[in-house]
Amino acid sequence: MISLDLIAASLTEILSTILYVVGGTILLELILYIILVRLFKFKLAMPYMLLAPAAVGLIALVIYPVAWELNLSFTNMSLRHFKVPDYIGLTNYLRVFQDPVLKQVKFFSVLGKTVLWTGVNIFFHVLGGLGLALLLNRKMRGRGIYRTLLILPWAVPQVIAVLAWRSEFHFEFGFPNLVLKSIGLQPIQWLSEPIWNFIAMCITNIWLGIPFMMVILLGGLQSISSEYYEASEIDGASAWQQFRNITLPLMRPVMTPAIILGTIWTFNNFNVPFFINQNELESSDILVTALFRAAFQYNRYGFSAAFAFIIFAILVVYSLMYLRFTGGLKGAYE
Amino acid sequence: MSAVKSTTSLSEKGPVEVKQPLGRRRSFFYGGREDSQFKRLLIHLTLILACFIAAYPILRVVSVSIRPGDRLLSTDLSLIPPDANLEAYTTVLFQKEFLQWIWNSLVITIATAMVGVTLAATSAYAFSRWNFPGRSVGLIFLLSTQMIPAAMLMVPLYILAIRLSLVGTYRGLVIAYSVTAVPFSIWILKGYYDTIPIELEEACRIDGASQLTAFLRILLPLSTPALAIVFLFNFTTAWNDYLLARVILGSQEQLLTWPLGLQRMQGQFQTQWGQFSAASIMVMIPTMILFLLSSKFLISGLTLGSVKG
Repeated sequence: MISLDLIAASLTEILSTILYVVGGTILLELILYIILVRLFKFKLAMPYMLLAPAAVGLIALVIYPVAWELNLSFTNMSLRHFKVPDYIGLTNYLRVFQDPVLKQVKFFSVLGKTVLWTGVNIFFHVLGGLGLALLLNRKMRGRGIYRTLLILPWAVPQVIAVLAWRSEFHFEFGFPNLVLKSIGLQPIQWLSEPIWNFIAMCITNIWLGIPFMMVILLGGLQSISSEYYEASEIDGASAWQQFRNITLPLMRPVMTPAIILGTIWTFNNFNVPFFINQNELESSDILVTALFRAAFQYNRYGFSAAFAFIIFAILVVYSLMYLRFTGGLKGAYE
Repeated sequence: MSAVKSTTSLSEKGPVEVKQPLGRRRSFFYGGREDSQFKRLLIHLTLILACFIAAYPILRVVSVSIRPGDRLLSTDLSLIPPDANLEAYTTVLFQKEFLQWIWNSLVITIATAMVGVTLAATSAYAFSRWNFPGRSVGLIFLLSTQMIPAAMLMVPLYILAIRLSLVGTYRGLVIAYSVTAVPFSIWILKGYYDTIPIELEEACRIDGASQLTAFLRILLPLSTPALAIVFLFNFTTAWNDYLLARVILGSQEQLLTWPLGLQRMQGQFQTQWGQFSAASIMVMIPTMILFLLSSKFLISGLTLGSVKG
């Protein structure tokens, strides 16, 4: 049960946290003000002063840990060499490609699975999200109710949603198998057969990801002026031609960042592949879950740091290529 | 429209109703009131099916939570069992430390959202209104932070937390959550600020206000939808997190947030599925309420890269 003491204790801690943040910010701004404005008479001091608090936070909590990991990736730190790890150069990076990353699976097969996983998910996210957005983008009764209900998967805490889905994939009591049995088909071993486990992961994640796409794309659709459609109707354009030549091009500035973000999030999704894979099938591991296991189950810290950088590099290369092919981040940034 | 009408009526054909055929041929992708009966029925049926798929897994959790005894496993597909009761809910609420977990989570989450929104709102202003050296590098850096696998940062963050003696405190968590949510928040807010004409602030400054006043009085109120989204995003990040809380809070009984508590419930030698489901349902309530409240902002505020001129 909850007591007044506890409430008071946590409130004081939170208030002191906020005071720390505010005090730190004021101090930082004062220092910057004195240096940039008073000493150097710098014209563009304002944006730097605005950015400073977030920048300090990001340096401490992102750049510093990443640098630390980079250093770790050149060592052989593991449980056996915990206290005094040796520097072993690029060996870890080579090992990621040569040795199995877990017990059996090799890097490239995990990478292939991850690409397949990301591709399937993003395809259905965009397809489902766009379909629903197109259906919702019209005047009709009950539109608000539909929209609210369709956002549900996004509003539910992810871990709970994933656990709920896992129990639906139970061999005897899950919904899909009960339906299969009732129409006279063989039930499926969702949790122990590699292929079906992978499909179960995909189903869960598609369910989770459609609402976000739907909302973003609906926002994009609503901002397209109806004049374009009216004009094209006068010219006798078919529905498909309108979609192809008006909707898709005008949606590009919205779709490009949404697809990039969606891809990155799916590629790095931990909860779904980790929790749906109840029997720890190595065949269902994608890169990030393999990374987690290498680090925290097999305790190969140096190795997993190198592994993490390779995953990171793949995503950076992907994003740069995508941006180049789709004409940059113009829509998002300019 | 009247111009079109007058030209057609001037021609030999006589007055033609231009609006009629336009309305009837209003297409699938434009949508309007003139859809045919059959098409409307089809659309509604599709949407109802989609809503059912969206809600069904959650309804199943509800149904486990109101099943008496501990019948997680049942071949019964009806959502409300005949002997339903709310026993699991009362047990969780009054006999477990559930309320305390919720309180802890709530306090951390609200503090995170406040700090996070403030950080992002000011930073996004800098990115939106100034072309300073390092701007594009900064934006690319923000995008690339999204690509870092979460598991990668856990070990160094833990070591950092030990060095700064933040282990077992809320301070470390609040700062870590608000900073991790900042890149995405800046992205959303910057996109939204960009759609607001800079002339509004300039007009305000001509009247003698400072840059900061213009920001606070003009830009922020106009950005309510995006601010609401960013608040929601920060809130859910902190509310749902498990990994970081586990690393930083450790196993101190009094500090546990609900994801840690719920995991503890599941870890006890036999999981009380009814109670576990009841707790899961109650945990969804705050985010559900927030999503409902901000649902009218969701679509206008999440203009990733907005197409509005």
